Amino acid sequence: MAKVVIPLGPQHPALKEPANFALSLDGERIIGAAVNLGYNHRGIEKACESRTFLQDVYLIERICGICSHSHSTAFINAVEEVAGAPAPKRAQWIRTLVAELERLHSHLLWLGVAGHELGFDTLFMYSWRDRELVLDLLALLTGNRVNYGINKLGGVRRDITKDDVEKIRPVVDALEERTKYYIDLVTTESTLAARMLDVGRLCHEDALTYGASGPVARAAAVDKDTRRDDPYSAYGEIPFDVITDDHADVYGRAVVRVKELLESCKIIRYVMDNLPEGPLEVKFPRKVPAGEAISRYEAPRGEDVHYVKCNGTDMPERVKVRAPTLANAASVALMLQGGFLADVPIVIAAIDPCFSCTDRMVAVKDENSGAEGVMDWESLRRYSIEWYMERGVSFENIQSERDS
Amino acid sequence: MLPEALKNMFEKPATEGYPANRGDVFPNMRGKLNFEADKCVGCKLCSRDCPTGALTIEKIGDKQFKAVLRLDKCIYCGQCADSCNKSALSCTHEFELASLSQEDLKVEL
Repeated sequence: MAKVVIPLGPQHPALKEPANFALSLDGERIIGAAVNLGYNHRGIEKACESRTFLQDVYLIERICGICSHSHSTAFINAVEEVAGAPAPKRAQWIRTLVAELERLHSHLLWLGVAGHELGFDTLFMYSWRDRELVLDLLALLTGNRVNYGINKLGGVRRDITKDDVEKIRPVVDALEERTKYYIDLVTTESTLAARMLDVGRLCHEDALTYGASGPVARAAAVDKDTRRDDPYSAYGEIPFDVITDDHADVYGRAVVRVKELLESCKIIRYVMDNLPEGPLEVKFPRKVPAGEAISRYEAPRGEDVHYVKCNGTDMPERVKVRAPTLANAASVALMLQGGFLADVPIVIAAIDPCFSCTDRMVAVKDENSGAEGVMDWESLRRYSIEWYMERGVSFENIQSERDS
Repeated sequence: MLPEALKNMFEKPATEGYPANRGDVFPNMRGKLNFEADKCVGCKLCSRDCPTGALTIEKIGDKQFKAVLRLDKCIYCGQCADSCNKSALSCTHEFELASLSQEDLKVEL
């Protein structure tokens, strides 16, 4: 049978965000796959350069709606390192608490999405109902369900009182019970195992070669976790286990994530029991001295890397974000190869993709000559106007709301 | 699964009957800003720190200032309230701020 190439996306019911996967098929089997990202570029890095560090924290937080605390903490850690003004101990512990609550909500969200992609919508309803409990806790502690805004340069903005701790405890207990049920479900339910075992394989060697990170790497027995390997916030003082699994398929990724839920509950309890007393913030200068720093952070989806270059003013000279999905996107092509077309949604969902976090910069190459070019804002604008004019759309009568 | 289904038959619905029941908000919630004009000294730290440029402070007389907020631009981060040295700005729990007209979204606090 002849080879057929099917484009999956950018708009596709199985994808939650726009991305394109060009799948070469032989019958129902995938013999080749290419991942094309770049539909979600928002120019956040560039926007950071024209805002002060203080304003950047809120912008960076909006890179991702799920792991917003991850991005803001990674950015703040880098800036604090350059400024030489690390947050006080209590603030670091509060950041850790929020980070683990975020991991709980992110993994529960993933479990629901995975269940939905597998056609097991009951699991989706269950886990998203439990996720509400975590979101309520986050709203209680920070004021918001997402984009918490608890981080500030040199500390945190809100304290955690004894009352709050008493409210967190029963919820964490309830969640732990539910997590045990999910572990039982994932490991014993035969329909789930049939849909996940040996689907989307990424062996140990390939995970290392393609630089997979987070639960995707840990499911391929790569013992790698930034929280333990390069501790930030309070992780250096908190005992926890790094969960690995050697299934190296979607099943392994599910097992790693549900077991990490238990670890997160453990960390949250430890933080609540040992929360140190002290100030919430240090005085942070508006102008940060010249210097550069790289900060690594174990986001729920994998390792998040932020690079910040400061030039002595109150604005950064360069901010670079490597979201965890970018590290895992390369291995998706490999995971899809040899599998069935029907398994594509769950294989893609198994890396817990977040494409709008990933899209940073797009280099457009001329397909024939291979030439690259840089377009500035003005030429890009002119190009777009001409593109629409050619198709009979005129801008003459449209007044820009932005200009007014 | 069966006990779950039976339990749900006798539980009250998970949803709330909005707008009759407006639900509870958490005390830390950051809603629409509150501006106390008599405390403001016009230093404009708040509008300088605003990440989206939603807040402007205008002088209306001798030591008299008014705050104009663009509700469509505001991200309700509460940074202005943190930046204010005189506690003239604070966050309320008001969250029903939608409007069909853009004019209504520009409010004087």
